Amino acid sequence: MQAASGNTIRAREQRTGFYLVLPAVLLLLLVFAYPILRSLWLSLFSQNLATELKPVFTGLSNYTRLLGDGRFWQTFWVTARFTTISVVLELALGMAIALVLNRAFRGRNLLRTIAIIPWALPTSLIALGWTWIFNDQYGIVNDILLRLGLIQTGVNWLGEPFTANVAVIFADIWKTTPFISILLLAGLQSISPDLYEAYSLEGATPWQSFYRITLPLLMPQIIIAALFRFAQAFGIFDLIQVMTGGGPGGATEVVSLYIYASAMRYLDFGYGSALIVVTFLLLVLAIILCVSLLKARSRKLESLES
Amino acid sequence: MTTITRTLPKTRSTEPAPTRKPSFDVRQILFWLAVGAIALFCLAPILWQVLTSFKVNEDIAAVPNVYFPTRLTLDHYIELFTRRPFLRYIFNSALVSLVSTLTCLAIGAPAAYALARLQPFGGRVIQAGILLITLFPGILLLQGLLEIVQIFRLGNNYLALIIPYTAINLPLTILVMKSFYQQLPKDLEDAARVDGYNTWQMLTQIVMPLTLPALVTTGILAFIFAWNEFIFALTFITEESMKTIPVASAQIGGASVFEIPYGPIAAATVVGTIPLVLLVLFFQRQIVQGLTAGAVKG
Amino acid sequence: MSKLELKNLNKTFSPKVVPVKDISLSVGDGEVLSLLGPSGCGKSTILRMIAGLEEPTRGQVLIGDKDVTRDRPGDRNIAMVFQSYALYPHMNVHDNLTAGLKLKKTPRPEIDKRVAEVSHILGLDDLMQRKPGQLSGGQRQRVAVGRALVRRSDVFLLDEPLSNLDALLREHVRADLKQIFAVQKAPVVYVTHDQTEAMTLSTQVAVLNNGYLQQLDVPERIYTHPANQFVAGFVGSPQMNLLTLPCQGQYALLGDFKVPLPALPTVPPQIVLGIRPEHVQLGEAEGPAMVRGKVFLVENLGMHNLVSVRVPNSQGEPLTLRILVQPGQWAERDLWLRIAPESTHWFDLQSGDALNKRG
Repeated sequence: MQAASGNTIRAREQRTGFYLVLPAVLLLLLVFAYPILRSLWLSLFSQNLATELKPVFTGLSNYTRLLGDGRFWQTFWVTARFTTISVVLELALGMAIALVLNRAFRGRNLLRTIAIIPWALPTSLIALGWTWIFNDQYGIVNDILLRLGLIQTGVNWLGEPFTANVAVIFADIWKTTPFISILLLAGLQSISPDLYEAYSLEGATPWQSFYRITLPLLMPQIIIAALFRFAQAFGIFDLIQVMTGGGPGGATEVVSLYIYASAMRYLDFGYGSALIVVTFLLLVLAIILCVSLLKARSRKLESLES
Repeated sequence: MTTITRTLPKTRSTEPAPTRKPSFDVRQILFWLAVGAIALFCLAPILWQVLTSFKVNEDIAAVPNVYFPTRLTLDHYIELFTRRPFLRYIFNSALVSLVSTLTCLAIGAPAAYALARLQPFGGRVIQAGILLITLFPGILLLQGLLEIVQIFRLGNNYLALIIPYTAINLPLTILVMKSFYQQLPKDLEDAARVDGYNTWQMLTQIVMPLTLPALVTTGILAFIFAWNEFIFALTFITEESMKTIPVASAQIGGASVFEIPYGPIAAATVVGTIPLVLLVLFFQRQIVQGLTAGAVKG
Repeated sequence: MSKLELKNLNKTFSPKVVPVKDISLSVGDGEVLSLLGPSGCGKSTILRMIAGLEEPTRGQVLIGDKDVTRDRPGDRNIAMVFQSYALYPHMNVHDNLTAGLKLKKTPRPEIDKRVAEVSHILGLDDLMQRKPGQLSGGQRQRVAVGRALVRRSDVFLLDEPLSNLDALLREHVRADLKQIFAVQKAPVVYVTHDQTEAMTLSTQVAVLNNGYLQQLDVPERIYTHPANQFVAGFVGSPQMNLLTLPCQGQYALLGDFKVPLPALPTVPPQIVLGIRPEHVQLGEAEGPAMVRGKVFLVENLGMHNLVSVRVPNSQGEPLTLRILVQPGQWAERDLWLRIAPESTHWFDLQSGDALNKRG
């Protein structure tokens, strides 16, 4: 970047640019940076019903409490499990759907429209729908399974820990897989068909084509999609709050629900702040891990290709 | 390209190499089956809600399930608008979404232009920061923002939602608009400069008319996000008449604690999602374009 | 209408990327200067620095003795025609033409007068309400020229304005431009890689290569007295024959033949001989500055044939001479060719500079 002395054209441009960017930056700082920093600060205090909602400096005691808080680690585990399974399945399924949609056919636009709809609808409303679908007495899932003879009595989907998790994961996959497939489809369409033709002339099977051409070329999109979905799934709230409220017995309680409860139900603001900070750091850590893992894998694929 | 047409997940084997077959083609059938399955998969829950919303209560509670309504009824819809201020909810959602979207565009588009063309001080840091921000889940911000809302007494005020929504939509807006601006031919801006336009004039008189489609696309995406937002709407707005649709629908209760009104809930789902379905129907192409532009840039 | 002056212009993007190294020149009223050179020679960068779209790392731009180096493009009172025309797509032709004038708050009657004038010269009257998308390439080009003319600026800049037109149209528009240049007084700077345009349109040609000025001269002298090997090879079509020859005594050895050297202070071990295909004469028999060779390629250029002759060389690779002759039966023939000393250029092998500066 050229050093700009006060009155040059470049410097004036840069100044104007700065002013144009300023409102956005200020707003973003206010809404994004401030709460995190505030939580960082507040986590060093106790502010709950016991202190009559006045902040009392307690240093790192919130963090030591957190380390021993079984419920937090439980929610962390639930979240990690939910996120990993969802994202992996969504990517795989999304990839498969994208491959299917990759050739031009009549009605492809219609299918694309249909595929966007799950993503575009409010999660809370759709969660209501899923709650109804998984209802143990009147739910359609049980109905179909019963009719097919796969089960004898209705499964209490949202009432049993394991099935509740299955249900929410399924709902999440429903919501985002089509969307991921659209993103991957766009990436697929940017790969020139010449590459496949040349490769198949050399005798490649479809699987090889996929592994050697599609996957490496699509890696950037896949990484980005994975990253976004990972962060989103990690912070998921709407779906689970509406479908199970964290139950049964905390079986589907993800981190965001616990944080919400801390602040809104228990009014334990100091501790809630500590939860926020730790979750934030863990998320950043997980993202860095993901990114380096995926980057390493893509590098490996690239070297395989050559 | 038939070599990569896959109708089954990766774990299964591929179909055999294509051989010359007359019109009766197994792969074609499998393909259309897959397309149908995908469509059904996407629409099933919604269709089920639509059906439910028109069923009478007896049908809804019937075991085994009654798929198609034996009788059609509009009772649930009527109940939605009479017993609850659903029209009001729609208004709230619409107002908040619209205002936040417009504000977001008004702030985000110039910022995106600056980042694309003007290289302001700290531009690179800002861009990296914006990318990072898109990964923050809303829950992490809740407590801090709640405090602000309480301090400024913005509880149950539209602003409590409009401001966060604007901010939440800024990163995507900036990313998408930036990639659009970068695709504009530079010549045009050079010619404008030679003609004597200063930066602001150029932005409003030359660049904006040309990027109107991009603004529409980004606006639609922002609108969708704002409409669907849940956690802030849940926390900051507790007054019944100010609630947005996602929150109000989730809280639809029955006459007693034990009776969950699945009919009205289904009706609420349908009504609450119609605007979005319409948006998607009309703007499908733009939505995909906007998202891929943002994703590619990210 | 005022003189344009460039003083030691330099543009450095990075230590390795220096498109303009040191350029000084001036263009007066009524003059048309072409910046001619291959891609990457820096000509567009120079134009953009004159316009104010790029800022020079060193050096100055002066318009009418005023230092405008740091001024915004809009403040320099210059007009520019872009290679892609850069018409505002959402405005019709009329608004495109008047955009700059409106910004300068020119009074309405004056605007109308100028628009009418320019429209008349360029034949834009019927196109006023159309948008650029509804115009053909040639029409768009005329609007771009009109937009620049209407400004009555101090300097008139054009960046390869004809390169997007097809060959036939290009000739027409070239002629039109020449007439326009003759009428308006402001100094014109015209960037092109097409030597025909440079030669026909300009009063002066600046040949550029690699960020440096190779030669600044009137078109005729660029052609007849190229200052160095680069200019000689760049200007003139078909390209000048440039042969690197060893020297022996008073002669340069062209294959197995001898060509007398001109008077030089010292005789270098090697020298570059340049002679245009059209200046190589056909001869009958051996003689001074005569070479003999066999035709191996005949290209029909319409009015002439471009014949490639292979001259045998016992010291190494055979040499190729290209000559321009009347159409006829040339294939496989053995020819005597005269390297006419009055048309021969000599260049230093190391520096490329012309060695025999003839008067």
